[in-house]
Amino acid sequence: MSVLLNDLFLAMLVVLALVAVRVRDLVGAVLALAAYGFTLSLVWAAMGAVDVAFTEAVVGAGASTVFFLATLLRTVRTERARPPRGRGPALAAVLLLGGLLVLAAHDFPHWGDPASPASVHVSPRYLEQGYHETAAPNIVTAVLADYRAYDTLIEVVVIFTAGLACWLLLGRRRT
Amino acid sequence: MIQEHDSVIVRTVVRALVPFIQLFALYVVFHGHYSPGGGFQGGVILAATYILIALALGRAELDRRVREGVVLLLSAVGVLIFTLAGVLGPLRGAALLDYAVLPVPGVAGPPVRGLGILVIEIGVAFGVAGALTVIFCRLAKAGEGEEEDSA
Amino acid sequence: MTEILAYAGARYNYWVYIALMLVGFYTMIAHRNLLKKVIGMNVFQTAIILFFLSTSAKLGGTLPIVPSQVTKDGVAAAGLMNPLPHALMLTAIVVMVATLGVALALLVRIFRRYRTFDEDVILDRL
Repeated sequence: MSVLLNDLFLAMLVVLALVAVRVRDLVGAVLALAAYGFTLSLVWAAMGAVDVAFTEAVVGAGASTVFFLATLLRTVRTERARPPRGRGPALAAVLLLGGLLVLAAHDFPHWGDPASPASVHVSPRYLEQGYHETAAPNIVTAVLADYRAYDTLIEVVVIFTAGLACWLLLGRRRT
Repeated sequence: MIQEHDSVIVRTVVRALVPFIQLFALYVVFHGHYSPGGGFQGGVILAATYILIALALGRAELDRRVREGVVLLLSAVGVLIFTLAGVLGPLRGAALLDYAVLPVPGVAGPPVRGLGILVIEIGVAFGVAGALTVIFCRLAKAGEGEEEDSA
Repeated sequence: MTEILAYAGARYNYWVYIALMLVGFYTMIAHRNLLKKVIGMNVFQTAIILFFLSTSAKLGGTLPIVPSQVTKDGVAAAGLMNPLPHALMLTAIVVMVATLGVALALLVRIFRRYRTFDEDVILDRL
């Protein structure tokens, strides 16, 4: 897809993220986060990562927004306006980290390079042999559910543990 | 407590649409082989239908349709399906999570692995749908009351 | 000058991911409202996921779904996107929502006890 369109969407993402963290009305911040999640799923769909875009659209722009709003239902709605203490050292740490990451980004491969190191080791084998070995044309599902099924097993246990933890944390009042 | 929506249009449309959305969620789970989709996406869409019922028809309607303990148990059953499909491998001498040893009559080779993928995607869908519904129910109920915990 | 612009153009997307990470990270450590910290955590996690997915992009490539008519001849792996980061990032997104659920449950318990989301007030009353 067009690189220019991708770059435009990325600029929109930065603006939406800044809005989501700066707005003092928490309901407005949560809705800006929902817009950020939806734009993110558009970026991924345009790039070709459709499974991930599907999941982010349902989870990031759907379920997580509703969880935030359910939390805000009976709690505070706005943030107090005093500037945070210790802002100088925090900003210095963040800028230092940013500088180190920009230096590290010097060595990364170009966006969209078919010969980048991530794409030449085991993924061509998954792409070429995936349908013959697992009878599933969707190679992402074949990788997720067959070749790398161990990660998926642990992840389902993680989401079940999160549900159990919420159930126990917010259980019934002891009368 | 989330009250039901004021507009009769919203209530009627949601009541009519929810079965179709749930059918679409099952479609997404079963067609994970051929098109974008799979267990996670279908499971989250299924949880979203229950959230939609709560938002449009009120929390009382959701409590009438689901019981949280049962939904959490459904999530645990999903994890169990996945684990059993995986543990069958070492029981028959193969590696963990090797689907080629699943006892399906009449098929052998790659289609057995495809069926193994389908079984665990169903397990994942139940696990994710149950967990997200329980999280929403607990968060939405938690704002009620002015209790002050002594813990 | 033109080589600086060319360099910036080639690395622009990595700099955007770094900017998003820094926005999320600064919010997590400097803002005092607990819900803002959770929003910052969400932005940080999605920036990491963006970075990983960018390594799977291929110019001129298409979705990693094998069309049925080419399965007999063989698949050209350079024309399809790298499927491995997609699978890993699907796991990461679901873990993101699981962490969000538990974080919000903890926030509700904290609010019930202290009636505020302001971190300094909570640390004073602790």
